[in-house]
Amino acid sequence: MSKKSTHLVAIFGALIGLLWLFPFYMIVTNSFKTPKGIFASVLALPHPATGHNYVNSFKALDFIGSLTNSLIITVCSVLLIILCSSMAAYALQRNHSKLSSGLLLLFISAMLIPFQSVMIPLTANFGGVHMLNMYGLMFMYLGFDCSLSIFLYQGTLSSIPFAMDEAAEMEGASRWQIFYKVIFPMLSPMTVTVAILNIIAIWNDYLLPSLVLPQIQYTIPLQMFNFFGEYTKQWHLALAGITLSIIPVIVFYLAAQKWIIKGVTDGAVK
Amino acid sequence: MKNRSLSFWLFLTPTLVALALVVFIPMLEGLFYSFTNWDGLSFTKMVGFQNYITLLHDKAFVNAFWFTVAFVIVTVIALNVIGLGLALLVTQKFKGSNFLRTVFFMPNMIGGLILGFIWQFIFTQGFSALGNALHAGWLQNWLTTEHTGFWGLVIVTVWQMSGYIMIIYIAYLQNIPQEIIEAAEIDGASAWQRFTKITFPMIAPAFTVCMFLTLSNGFKIYDQNLSLTGGGPYNSTQMLAMDIVNTAYNSSNFSLAEAKAIIFFIIVAAISLIQVFYNRKREVDM
Repeated sequence: MSKKSTHLVAIFGALIGLLWLFPFYMIVTNSFKTPKGIFASVLALPHPATGHNYVNSFKALDFIGSLTNSLIITVCSVLLIILCSSMAAYALQRNHSKLSSGLLLLFISAMLIPFQSVMIPLTANFGGVHMLNMYGLMFMYLGFDCSLSIFLYQGTLSSIPFAMDEAAEMEGASRWQIFYKVIFPMLSPMTVTVAILNIIAIWNDYLLPSLVLPQIQYTIPLQMFNFFGEYTKQWHLALAGITLSIIPVIVFYLAAQKWIIKGVTDGAVK
Repeated sequence: MKNRSLSFWLFLTPTLVALALVVFIPMLEGLFYSFTNWDGLSFTKMVGFQNYITLLHDKAFVNAFWFTVAFVIVTVIALNVIGLGLALLVTQKFKGSNFLRTVFFMPNMIGGLILGFIWQFIFTQGFSALGNALHAGWLQNWLTTEHTGFWGLVIVTVWQMSGYIMIIYIAYLQNIPQEIIEAAEIDGASAWQRFTKITFPMIAPAFTVCMFLTLSNGFKIYDQNLSLTGGGPYNSTQMLAMDIVNTAYNSSNFSLAEAKAIIFFIIVAAISLIQVFYNRKREVDM
């Protein structure tokens, strides 16, 4: 490309980029305004700027509490998914029989079932055994998300030669030792992908936790929904709440961007 | 690992149990309940296809179905055109192209629920301020009619998912050998010719991937719908997923909700299965 057209493309790109960032500009600037300031002009910069909205919404959202709940639920569910799915994928991939291909097909076919089709009996059953809480929720995430994870792990496992298993077996390693000392470390690139995909999905999930969690265990999206219902006409507080709730996500994104892009690509293309 | 070995089954137990209890058993129960008069706790009789006949005449369901179909058609086209456009833009070599990638993908990290709240502010407050400044009446009162609610949902979805679709197109664009493009350039092919004759055919597989992704995601959307319009005004912007949730938890009509959920399953599963067969066929052709 000539130098001139490169500049034109860069300017065009910058304009589209600004358009994309505009919603962020809107919520962040207005979150520092007083109700009067928002009424006077939504598009202007805050003048005078106030941090009061943040103090109030921080309290109303129980931000520390809901952030902790979100972290516990996401981290535990993702660890559970990684451990159990890699084990299952290993067993399925190293067993060449009709049974294992049948089981793999069973896991994959579960991906066809949308959440709404199981939601009502699922919550009724778990309610019946008093498991409508964060532990029940972690188990549900394992059930919903193991299929894709097993499928992804299974693909990677086929590229790890069986000679690795045999060598370890000769040295007297048990099946479990072979898995977690030899095989699991070799799966780590895929583990990153599986972790990223599940972190994004579970952190942002709303409908399932809203049906499962008691108020004390509310995650950020659930707390946001309640908060928003209470402060519908008070945009200055609602916007500060929104900004607070997306800060953890943006920090995570900027810190782990390289892996996130890779993970998302793997998850979609494979 | 042998079928009969203990370790084979131990390795599989946690996921098999979870899958059965969380997905398959509830799915089969749901299928069964859709033929009964289940009220969420118990049922007194089998009603055959009564729930399915009811849903055909259920205005909310039929309306949600057509609303969702229209939404899916518009978003599949918009997402693929814009996603590919963004991918072509950021794969050009210029300063800041990597930063732009980061920006375009960012909305994808935020959950649909919060995205809906963000845009509710922009549509109701931002648009009306802009409308006042520009004396543009069409920017006023967004989300108060079915029409503006529809386009609001489309805009939110495009803003959220274009970056995701862009990432997939980038992966395929980067697989095109640079030599072919350079050779064509030397032979005097214009930029437009290089795009239509080389780039476009070479990223054809990406279209299949992206089309089905946007198709099945479009049918399943719930969070954005809930937080942006809440289905309003008067349930006119309620999509399929939301209609099922509301039939169950707001109207407490559990067996009808189950029948709707089964129809929903058939639609979503059919899309995925068509994709699988289509991919198989293409792989054989190649």
